[in-house]
Amino acid sequence: MSGGPGLGRGGAILLLLPVCFVGLFFVYPFVAILERGLGDGIPWETLAGAETRSLLWFTTWQALASTVLTLAAGLPLAWVVGTFRFPGRSLVRALVVVPFVLPTVVVATGFVALLPTDASRGIGPILAAHVFFNIAVVVRIVGGAWATLPRTTWQAAAVLGAGPIRRTREVTLPLLAPAISAAAALTFLFCFTSFGVVLLLGGPARATLETEIYNTAARAFDLQDAAALSIVQLVAIAIVLAVTGLLERRGGAVGQVAPEADVLRRPRRSERGRIAAVLLLTGAFLAGPLVMLAVRSLDTAGGIGLDHFRALGRETPALLVPPWQAIAWSLAFAAAATAIALAVGVATAIALARLRPSLLDAAALLPLGASAVMLGFGLLIAFDEPPLDIRDAWWLLPVAQSLVAAPFVVRIVVPALRSVDPQLREAAAVLGASRRRALREVDLPLAGRALAGAAGFAFAVALGEFGATVFVARAEHPTLPVAIFRFLGRPGAENQGTAAALAVVLALLTVAVVLVAERATGSRERMV
Amino acid sequence: MSLAVDGVGVELDGRTILDDVGFSVPAGGTAAVLGPSGSGKSTLLRVVAGLQRPNRGRVAIGGTDVTATPPHRRGVGLLFQDDALFPHRDVHDNVAFGLRMRHAPRAEIEARVSELLAVVGLEGYGRRPVTELSGGERKRVALARALAPAPSVLLLDEPLGELDRVLRERLLEELRAIFTGVGVTAVVVTHDVGEAFALADEVVLLRDGRVVQTATPEALWAAPASAWVARFLGIDNVEQLADGRARVIRPEAVVLTPATPTTPGDATVTAAVRAGGPLVRLAVACDDGRSYRAVSTGLDHPGPGDRVAVTFDPLGIVELPG
Repeated sequence: MSGGPGLGRGGAILLLLPVCFVGLFFVYPFVAILERGLGDGIPWETLAGAETRSLLWFTTWQALASTVLTLAAGLPLAWVVGTFRFPGRSLVRALVVVPFVLPTVVVATGFVALLPTDASRGIGPILAAHVFFNIAVVVRIVGGAWATLPRTTWQAAAVLGAGPIRRTREVTLPLLAPAISAAAALTFLFCFTSFGVVLLLGGPARATLETEIYNTAARAFDLQDAAALSIVQLVAIAIVLAVTGLLERRGGAVGQVAPEADVLRRPRRSERGRIAAVLLLTGAFLAGPLVMLAVRSLDTAGGIGLDHFRALGRETPALLVPPWQAIAWSLAFAAAATAIALAVGVATAIALARLRPSLLDAAALLPLGASAVMLGFGLLIAFDEPPLDIRDAWWLLPVAQSLVAAPFVVRIVVPALRSVDPQLREAAAVLGASRRRALREVDLPLAGRALAGAAGFAFAVALGEFGATVFVARAEHPTLPVAIFRFLGRPGAENQGTAAALAVVLALLTVAVVLVAERATGSRERMV
Repeated sequence: MSLAVDGVGVELDGRTILDDVGFSVPAGGTAAVLGPSGSGKSTLLRVVAGLQRPNRGRVAIGGTDVTATPPHRRGVGLLFQDDALFPHRDVHDNVAFGLRMRHAPRAEIEARVSELLAVVGLEGYGRRPVTELSGGERKRVALARALAPAPSVLLLDEPLGELDRVLRERLLEELRAIFTGVGVTAVVVTHDVGEAFALADEVVLLRDGRVVQTATPEALWAAPASAWVARFLGIDNVEQLADGRARVIRPEAVVLTPATPTTPGDATVTAAVRAGGPLVRLAVACDDGRSYRAVSTGLDHPGPGDRVAVTFDPLGIVELPG
């Protein structure tokens, strides 16, 4: 029966699959962490120790510094794409997203290639890589809002006697404030939970909560201490998420919104120089690491050549298998993870799409804040004893990746299902289609493009997933990010070259998958 | 099949949408549910289709109680106000949808789709995407889709709502012809008096969720049950009588005789508007302060400022209680 939105019996059954899956592979591991961390009483030494305080301090201030720098680097480009109409504008908007979707290990390898060896580890590279990733967030959110500010508001201020600087201070900035704070909050969240970048570029002296959990668990094998750190991280993320959610919700009140076509204008002659400078500088910053990554992958002892790529087929002391097998395993695991993420994510999306939107709003931020490292660590300690001794099962890896990817599927598919006109469902019902049949005949075909897009993004996320993967990957089945991590951690130009070659392969695969997915979905906004 | 709606009540979010609504349509008959927007007529249609569960009352089709039957087992056809064509399917697949749900054999589907496309005048449109059709074509496809599974009752929600006037009038005639040709029991929901009168054998007039009058179009026009009904039908000549009753004078019963030197007349024409075709709508103001609306056909009618004498055809006068 119809009669308003509701879950219905079919929806409840649909929700059973994701609830069981998430309960077993997500909630239970977190319970295992809590149990391990709090089992012998609250570990005050770890929780309140000087070491934890300094970790928390560094995690926070590097995230804060990254956010400020990202705003400084991203706002000029947001101004350019939010104000002017120029040839190649949509290309700029599309290209700026590429860094955001690249795997962290690729970007880290790019900065290692770009910076001189003695400066390639430390706080500088960490901040640079964070800016590199999150410029897209600022440009898309702030630039998008900028392009909807009615020009008349600005002209009214001019007529009332405000000069350019006062107009910026009194009109533009206050109107953009919600977008800026939303972008800043998201950037802070990403940098606070950043793992790959800090692990690969931080060097031995720099650690955040996220990397310290990994180091404590996987290198020092102190599971109890790692669990205690995870609890600290859990509380910290909860606080950051709450603040982020608050700032994002405040972002709602923008006032009058004008269509982009009415806002954008041709640049004046005097502005062209500044626009060119912004585009060139930002472009150079974003292209630098990627170009140097490509150069490093071709830079061999005997000059420019494909030696590093040829070496991918040979045995190496860094891995148990020849590196090319990491490519094959990556693709296989990502395919399996995509299948699981689609099954779980689409079932969740169908159930959620039948409920009121408010229920989803809380869940929407989850994928952005969930810590992959904690997930990997949780899986490691939850399934290491009978009856659930499945730690060595090969399929635990795609399960872990699918848990990271599934929320993105939900985020893409739910709006698509919601946008299906409910009258079409009613039309199908009156013509004799049961609710399940209508879902198959109407909803899913109409959301088909979104489904294809979701599959692509899930694949890309799984392909580049590092935080959870590094915990559960088995030595004989390495994935590309894990292999790159291993090579990067070994000295010598050969190893660095192999890492660069693998990173180039991973980058090309990711960009190809994302391009196909973008084509299918027709929208990028949903990723951010 | 016959349709019987009995004592239907619907409450949504604490508001009463329908209150004790009942009407019936004999097999093959056409009824119009007429009312202003917000009168609950669309909800009534959804109740009949099974898309809205009533709080009270029952719906019977062909003598069988279907009140608890879900929409997909009811076998009714519904023409949505904005067509609700499946955008991802072409014309043929839209029309075939209901037949497929019924697991009809392929050959039967093909034959039936061609037949229905011919009925609505869209032969050869089968492989067109529905997104490229005009408003009138979309409406025809929606009608063919609703009729294809041979529904027991066809429900039409404002079938000609958004179409332009010329198209409306053409489709109005076609609809009438299709109803009688196919022999389907039909219920049309509309706010347009002309549409209801043109299509229906019987009109169910709805106001604030209650039935205020059920009658044939002629009976409704001849004897509106209340001043509100008269005004809704477009009769503005409603007078309150001294004894508390009201008097309704249909516009065609207001006879205007041009003044002559011997009969000076008692009123002045204030407006004369040609309302499309042969019909002219007139307004007159009597010297004693009363005013009336009248109609005239043809070219020979008084114009604004002309003096006339006003008389009434007694057959066009209805006296109403209170």
